[in-house]
Amino acid sequence: MTPEQRLRWIVKPLVFVLCLMPLAWLAWRAVTGDLGANPIEATNRFLGDWALRFLLITLTVTPATRLTGQAVFMRFRRMLGLFAFAYAVLHVSSYVGLDQFFAWAEIWADIVKRTYITVGMATLLMLIPLAATSTKGMIKRLGAARWKALHRLVYPAAIGAVVHFYMMVKADVREPLIYAGVLAVLLGYRVVAAWRRGAKPARRTV
Amino acid sequence: MLIRHTRPSDVKPSEITPRAVFADRRRFLATAAVAGATAVLSPLLAGPAVAGRKLDGITKSPFSTDEELTDYKSVTTYNNFYEFGAGKDDPVENSADFEPRPWTVAVEGEVAKPGVYDLDDLIRPHALEERIYRMRCVEAWSMVIPWVGVPLGDVIKRLEPTSKARFVAFDTLYDPKRMPGQQRAILDWPYREGLRMDEAMHPLTILAVGLYGEELPNQNGAPIRLVVPWKYGFKGIKSIVRISFQEAMPPTSWNIATPHEYGFYANVNPNVDHPRWSQARERRIGEFFKRETLMFNGYGEEVAHLYTGMDLAKFY
Ligand code: HEM
Repeated sequence: MTPEQRLRWIVKPLVFVLCLMPLAWLAWRAVTGDLGANPIEATNRFLGDWALRFLLITLTVTPATRLTGQAVFMRFRRMLGLFAFAYAVLHVSSYVGLDQFFAWAEIWADIVKRTYITVGMATLLMLIPLAATSTKGMIKRLGAARWKALHRLVYPAAIGAVVHFYMMVKADVREPLIYAGVLAVLLGYRVVAAWRRGAKPARRTV
Repeated sequence: MLIRHTRPSDVKPSEITPRAVFADRRRFLATAAVAGATAVLSPLLAGPAVAGRKLDGITKSPFSTDEELTDYKSVTTYNNFYEFGAGKDDPVENSADFEPRPWTVAVEGEVAKPGVYDLDDLIRPHALEERIYRMRCVEAWSMVIPWVGVPLGDVIKRLEPTSKARFVAFDTLYDPKRMPGQQRAILDWPYREGLRMDEAMHPLTILAVGLYGEELPNQNGAPIRLVVPWKYGFKGIKSIVRISFQEAMPPTSWNIATPHEYGFYANVNPNVDHPRWSQARERRIGEFFKRETLMFNGYGEEVAHLYTGMDLAKFY
């Protein structure tokens, strides 16, 4: 087996299954009645947590590649990003279908009146074009430069997700602050890298 | 308070052990265990250490609802009690070692009989009643809980507040060692709550010392907490150590934390939203569909008159 084959047929499927584990765990807890007294809230929060986590994991791919020099990490970026999107869609679906049970008037009122929901909605809207343009064909059609420009939306989306979390908390903001810290490091890395690139304009990176 | 052991071998059901005697015996047992008789005594120690001591002589109340009870497990595992952590399952996990005895309550302020009362002396003169109440949390979920307690009004009458007493203030225990959630300043500890005198005297308002016929589990506010069924759950201050009668409206914890979100009155009101979510509907724990939230949590007939002429959108 060539390294390429191993990546394709073993490592990637493994990572794929790994990314499904939170969902499997949620399903297991739901089936065994382990979601506590308020399973709908638990489901919604669990999915929101994992949407945010996958978004942050996706954002570690580029720094990990640069810092280790292992280009192989880049091969997982799309999959991780799509999982972030999938968990975000499931999170919003659980809000619409479980929490509100398709009470569209209430949902609309929430979106316009509750700032944290507005921010969540904006975050989702930013993720949709990213997921939609994730295929090779779309990259070709858009052209690398425009595709890259578009995909910078992932930064405000990640900020939106953390702000959304921070704003929904009643008093103990420790957890969203941890995510904010991680995000700050990931974005800070990019700022510093861009600044260095600016200082040495010859070096070109993705 | 009167207590009875659940294990039949321990005490005959008819025999009633005053709490002080019981506590002494427990201390003795603990000492003995340390002395080396662990094997023999540990089952005895394990018995009293868990919640579930039955309360005796509970009478029924016409104020109880006949709605389906929220199951015991949900009532005792899904709690907001930030003194033991901000997650819903934190209180049950982090309060396991909390020892709610001995317990005293300081009575202060505009009152003829101030002093530091042993919990038993505060509660025992009154008959324990079962009060099955709806409990509506400000977070838009609700339960039906069979509390055991005494009317706060009866206790207050015995303490004889002066004519100057217009409000009653309550404090939760402040002891970060025993209440680990207090080690971080999520709220301005100690937790504080208060009622207007007429709210405190209202027959629906109780001091609860139990639920489901048993002593209050730690995570539900052992050994004594307030229950005001027409108000949001956060008014039901837990593990009370101070009751103070005063002329001025007392500051309250959530109002201090976020004044535009939580007011002093905190009456359940489907028409006045929390800035971050709607209060029009609620999820009854155990149910899938949300239900309409009722004005004053369905206790309007009994309490609406307390607020006539008040703009409840302003005094939320
Ligand atoms: C229309 C879009 C969205 C809506 C309506 C929405 C709604 C909600 C709701 C109702 C909650 C829980 C509030 C509670 O339980 O009190 C929540 C929490 C959360 N949401 Fe969203 N959300 C949206 C988009 C997103 C997106 C795109 C992400 C992440 C990429 C996200 C991440 C989170 C996180 C991390 C939490 C906190 C979970 C926790 O408490 O552990 N949300 N959201």
